[in-house]
Amino acid sequence: MRVVIAEDGLIVREGIAGMLRHFGHEVVAAVADAPALRAAVAEHRPDLVVTDVRMPPGFSDEGLQAAIALRAADPDLPVLVLSQYVEQTYAAELLDSGPSAGVGYLLKDRIGDVAEFVDAVERVAAGRTVVDPEVVRQLLGRRRDPLSRLTPREREVLALMAEGRSNTAIARTLVVSEAAVAKHIGSLLAKLDLPPDGDDHRRVRAVLAYLRG
Amino acid sequence: MRPTRFLLSSWPWRSLAYLTGGALIGFATILATVALLAAGLVLSVVVVGIVGYLATVLSGVAVGRLERWRMRLVDREVLPDPHRHPGAPGLRPWLMCRLREQATWRELGYTMISALVLCWMDAAVVFATVFVPTSLLFGPFYNREDSLWVTVPLALLTPVTLVIAAYPVTAWAGARAAMARALLAPRSDDSDAKLVELSRSRARLVDAFAVERRRIERDLHDGAQQRLVALSMQLGLARLELADGSAAATQVTAAQQLAKETLAELRELIRGVHPKVLTDRGLAAAVGDVAGHAPVPVDLDLRLTGRLPDAVEVTAYFVVVEALANVAKHSDATRAGVSAGVRGDRLHLDVRDDGRGGADPERGTGLTGLADRVAAVDGTVALSSPPGGPTLLHVEIPCAS
Repeated sequence: MRVVIAEDGLIVREGIAGMLRHFGHEVVAAVADAPALRAAVAEHRPDLVVTDVRMPPGFSDEGLQAAIALRAADPDLPVLVLSQYVEQTYAAELLDSGPSAGVGYLLKDRIGDVAEFVDAVERVAAGRTVVDPEVVRQLLGRRRDPLSRLTPREREVLALMAEGRSNTAIARTLVVSEAAVAKHIGSLLAKLDLPPDGDDHRRVRAVLAYLRG
Repeated sequence: MRPTRFLLSSWPWRSLAYLTGGALIGFATILATVALLAAGLVLSVVVVGIVGYLATVLSGVAVGRLERWRMRLVDREVLPDPHRHPGAPGLRPWLMCRLREQATWRELGYTMISALVLCWMDAAVVFATVFVPTSLLFGPFYNREDSLWVTVPLALLTPVTLVIAAYPVTAWAGARAAMARALLAPRSDDSDAKLVELSRSRARLVDAFAVERRRIERDLHDGAQQRLVALSMQLGLARLELADGSAAATQVTAAQQLAKETLAELRELIRGVHPKVLTDRGLAAAVGDVAGHAPVPVDLDLRLTGRLPDAVEVTAYFVVVEALANVAKHSDATRAGVSAGVRGDRLHLDVRDDGRGGADPERGTGLTGLADRVAAVDGTVALSSPPGGPTLLHVEIPCAS
């Protein structure tokens, strides 16, 4: 997999690059600001973009804006955004930015859990949606009436779904059978007035869109 | 005061000194003003003439100052200076400040009145009450035209005349001082100006705090946070090299856990110092995120379009943070609500909960701190929290930009 990394902190940038190389991916460019990111994507046509939210020159949300622009220009380009903060607003803007390819919003803290981080990277590259558990927790913490109808177990399942886990992974995490997971999902989707759908990715997006209200 | 005590006190003498001084200053002012105006007139062909006129206008400032100082002769209270501080060093700011002040023009008016009327009256009073009796006293020695039958009794009457003269001298001095005080003392509009100045400097202080908080947030983000991420990452990579279950792997995992917890704490700390999303996306987004963090479910009704001035957004944001923290800590509420909107040029912000009420600003610093914050941007706080609830906090902040 060919990856472009944008991150203004040198140590973190080289760290991510080293980590991805360690797992057999090719880092075709590692840049430090948003214009360089756009240029690198245009030049290398990578399989995945990993970008920080806050970058020069404005140190505001240039990385996020670049990610949204890249997805608008090429809906098939998977983008993983890394943030220092749990910002539902940013996550929502990113998720709203396009319907198709993989997209991810993760806290930078997750980089430390190397195996999990690389797993998330690969899931995004494969076209899945990955949202940081912390963001999901907050989205669920915002009470909406339909959500209050969910059982605690259904909430857990929903949270794991929002992280882009497959039924198998959810079953393994919760130590229940896959059939039980499927039953929970069917039940919670019904409670949320969402028709069941075989596609994990669209399911997660529907749930998140619903949570954002 | 009994007549004898009055006559023996220093007041007649002080009044006399005050009036004599008034007459002298008045005549000096006339000369100086005429000279300055003449200079202005003569020099007005060249631009420097304006300096003469300016000096005429500003002569009042000097006279006013002298008069306030002189006033201590007949008034126990010292008159405060009505002028504002120019705010910056140098002649130009001083000039601009003085020319814009009402006090300067009142002093000029006083100077004119004093030169045209008051000093002549001072002179007349001093002449009539001191010079005339004194000349009568010495009449028998130099007055050859009138007979001694006239001059000697008049000379003998003089001490009595002088004693009686003490009263009109003091009375006129008092009346004159009252006029001077009316014109030269600070007025309420001068102090209003000071209030405006005060709230401006307070607003600057609030802004300075906001800027400083933003700087701290950025320093922490670019410094400590980045390094902690890097540390956590390095530990993660080290962990990969170690065999599962080995003593070293356990230690590294523990270290990594510590780094992660520190990162989480630092993130909360930074959010408390200055929320990034507030700068980037404004109040509605930031309040939405606060509501997301709150342990009590929060209904949002935010009608905010566009951005508000920085200080207003920051204040409103921290009001919501503090209010929701109070709800979580004290209210036992099962539900809270935040609504916000701009009506006219004021931001209206309501935070309510269905808890047990009885919130008391006297207990705990949360509510008073909140009120202080709002007061610093000239806003108001109203709290309704009857025992048994519900609690409603209403905050208004002027936000004309």
